[in-house]
Amino acid sequence: MAEINNIQNEIIDEFAFFGDWMEKYEYIIDLGKSLPLIDEQYKDEDHLIKGCQSQVWLHADEEEGKVKFTADSDAVITKGIIALLIRVLSGQKAEDIAKSDLYFIDKIGLKEHLSPTRSNGLVSMVKQMKMYGLALNAKS
Amino acid sequence: MQATAQKVFDIDKIRQDFPLLEREMNGKPIVFLDSAASSQKPSAVIDKLNDYYRQGHANVHRGVYQLSQEATTAFEEARELVREFINAPSSKECIFVRGCTEGINLVASSYGRKFINEGDAVLITAMEHHSNIVPWQMICEERGAELRVAPVNDEGELMLDELYALMDDKVKIVSLSHVSNTLGTVNPVKAIIQKAHQKGIPVLVDGAQAIPHTQVDMQELDADFYTFSGHKMFGPTGIGVLYGKEKWLEQMPPYHGGGEMIKTVTFEKTTYNELPHKFEAGTPDISGVIGLGEAIQYIKEVGYDNISRHEHELLVYATEQLSQIEGLRIIGTAKDKASVISFLVDDIHPYDLGAILDKLGIAVRTGHHCTQPLMDQYGIPGTVRASFAFYNNRADIDRLVEGINRALKMLR
Ligand SMILES: Cc1ncc(COP(=O)(O)O)c(C=O)c1O
Repeated sequence: MAEINNIQNEIIDEFAFFGDWMEKYEYIIDLGKSLPLIDEQYKDEDHLIKGCQSQVWLHADEEEGKVKFTADSDAVITKGIIALLIRVLSGQKAEDIAKSDLYFIDKIGLKEHLSPTRSNGLVSMVKQMKMYGLALNAKS
Repeated sequence: MQATAQKVFDIDKIRQDFPLLEREMNGKPIVFLDSAASSQKPSAVIDKLNDYYRQGHANVHRGVYQLSQEATTAFEEARELVREFINAPSSKECIFVRGCTEGINLVASSYGRKFINEGDAVLITAMEHHSNIVPWQMICEERGAELRVAPVNDEGELMLDELYALMDDKVKIVSLSHVSNTLGTVNPVKAIIQKAHQKGIPVLVDGAQAIPHTQVDMQELDADFYTFSGHKMFGPTGIGVLYGKEKWLEQMPPYHGGGEMIKTVTFEKTTYNELPHKFEAGTPDISGVIGLGEAIQYIKEVGYDNISRHEHELLVYATEQLSQIEGLRIIGTAKDKASVISFLVDDIHPYDLGAILDKLGIAVRTGHHCTQPLMDQYGIPGTVRASFAFYNNRADIDRLVEGINRALKMLR
C-alpha cells in the first residue's frame, strides 16, 4: 500500500511543476501518444470496456502475487490518464490494488476525467482493476 | 400567421434574456454550443416558474377553491397556447408528456398494442435517435412484428426511393425525425407523410430538433402524431407534447392508469376520461406546462422568421469557418440543414477535442449523440457536435474555431 501512495505522491509532485492546465494536458497527451500500452492481441471484445465517449481495453497478468496491467484507449487523453493509472497500480500486490485509494487524480486536477458523467470508460476501468486485485487476493 | 407582433431581432438584447450566458466555464466566458441537447432558458420562463410556485400553485382539475381553479385555468390556457403554436385542430389532441421520448413510447405502446400484430412491420430510418428506435424494437418484439430501417446516404439524407419501396401493406406505422440531431438534416416530412397516406399508413414525426428552429403546422403537415420536448425549446425540463389525431387517440388504449385519466372507477370496471385526459394519468407537471406556455410566448415574440434567418446565417458562417480548418470534415452535408454541425478532424478522437474545448470554456457535445447505428454506418466512433440556437452569435463561432485550432496544436 505504501508503494502505491509513494507513486501517487511522486506524480502529484511532478504535476506541481506545471503552470496551467495546458501544460498538464500537453504532458498527458504526450504520455498517451507514447508507445502502445497493450499487446495488440488483447485489443478484442473480451478486453473492451465500452464508454459512451471513448473506449478502453484492459488486460491483467499475474506474476508472483503481483498484478501487471496493460491497457489502451482510442482517445489520447484517456490513454494518457491510463498511463498514469498503470504507473500507480501495475506491478503492485493484489491486496493493495483492491484496497487502494486513488487520490492523486483529484490532486493533479484531472478528476473530471474520472467522473461517471464523462462516460469515457475510465471509471469502469478502475473498478475492473480493483476487481482483478480482489479476485486474485481471494484466490491466494 | 402569428398574431403577435415580432420584435426587431437584436442579438445583444436577446442574449441578455438568457442569464446563463453570463456565466463562466473553466474561468472563461461560456460559449454554449450544445442547444441541441438542451437549450438555455430565458428570464421570462424562469420568472414564470418562480411566480407560479410563489403565488399560483395548487393541484389542477380537482379543487373547488379559487386557487385550484386558477391553476387549472393557467394549465389549460397553456394547452391552448400549444394548440395554436402547432396549429392543431383541437387542444384535445395535445397531450402533455414528459418529453419526446415519452411521446414516442406512448404511441409505440398504445398504438402498437391496438394496431400492430404478428407479421406486421414498423418503418423507421437509419438516422433516428435511440428514442425513436428502442420503443419500436420493444413493441415489435412483443407483437412479433418486424422493424424496418430506411437507409441514409453519405451526405446524411434519407434515400427516399428506398424509403417508399419499404412502405408496403405490412407497414402499420412510419416513425421518423423531422430534423436529425446528429447530422442536422431536415427531412422532407410533408412529402413523406403524403406518400405514406396514399398507402394508408399513419406517420409519427419526432419533432425534438425541429421545434426549436422552425414553425410547424399540424394541419399543413397532416402528421398523425408529432412529438417534442419543452427543454429543447427554451422551456423547462420534464415536459413535452404529443400531438395525435383524434381518430387515432380515440381508438388507442390508455398508456398509464391512475387518477385524472378515469371517468368512473369500480373494482369491476373503469371507464376512461375523455381526451386529452385519458392519456394524462396522475398529477401532471403543472409548473412545467405553465413554463412551456411561457416559452411558446417567448418564441412567438422573437419570431420564427427572425430565428430561422439568424440561425441560417450562423450555420453558413460556421460551415465556412470550420471548413477552413485543415483536416476537418463535416459529417452531414444535406442540402437542407438545421443549425447543427457534426465534425471530425483527421483521426483525432472527439473526446480529446471536446475535453480541450471544455477547458477553453466552449461547450460542445461529443460522442455518438444517441445515434449509434448511424455512427456505425459512417464507421466513426462519434463526432464533435456544435449546435446553435438563436442566442448564439458570430463571436461564439470565432471562439469555437480558435479553440479547435488551439486543441489541434496540442493534439497533433
Ligand atoms: C431527434 C431526437 N429525438 C428524441 C430525443 C429525445 O428527447 P428527450 O430526451 O427530451 O425525450 C432527442 C433528444 O436528444 C432528439 O434529438
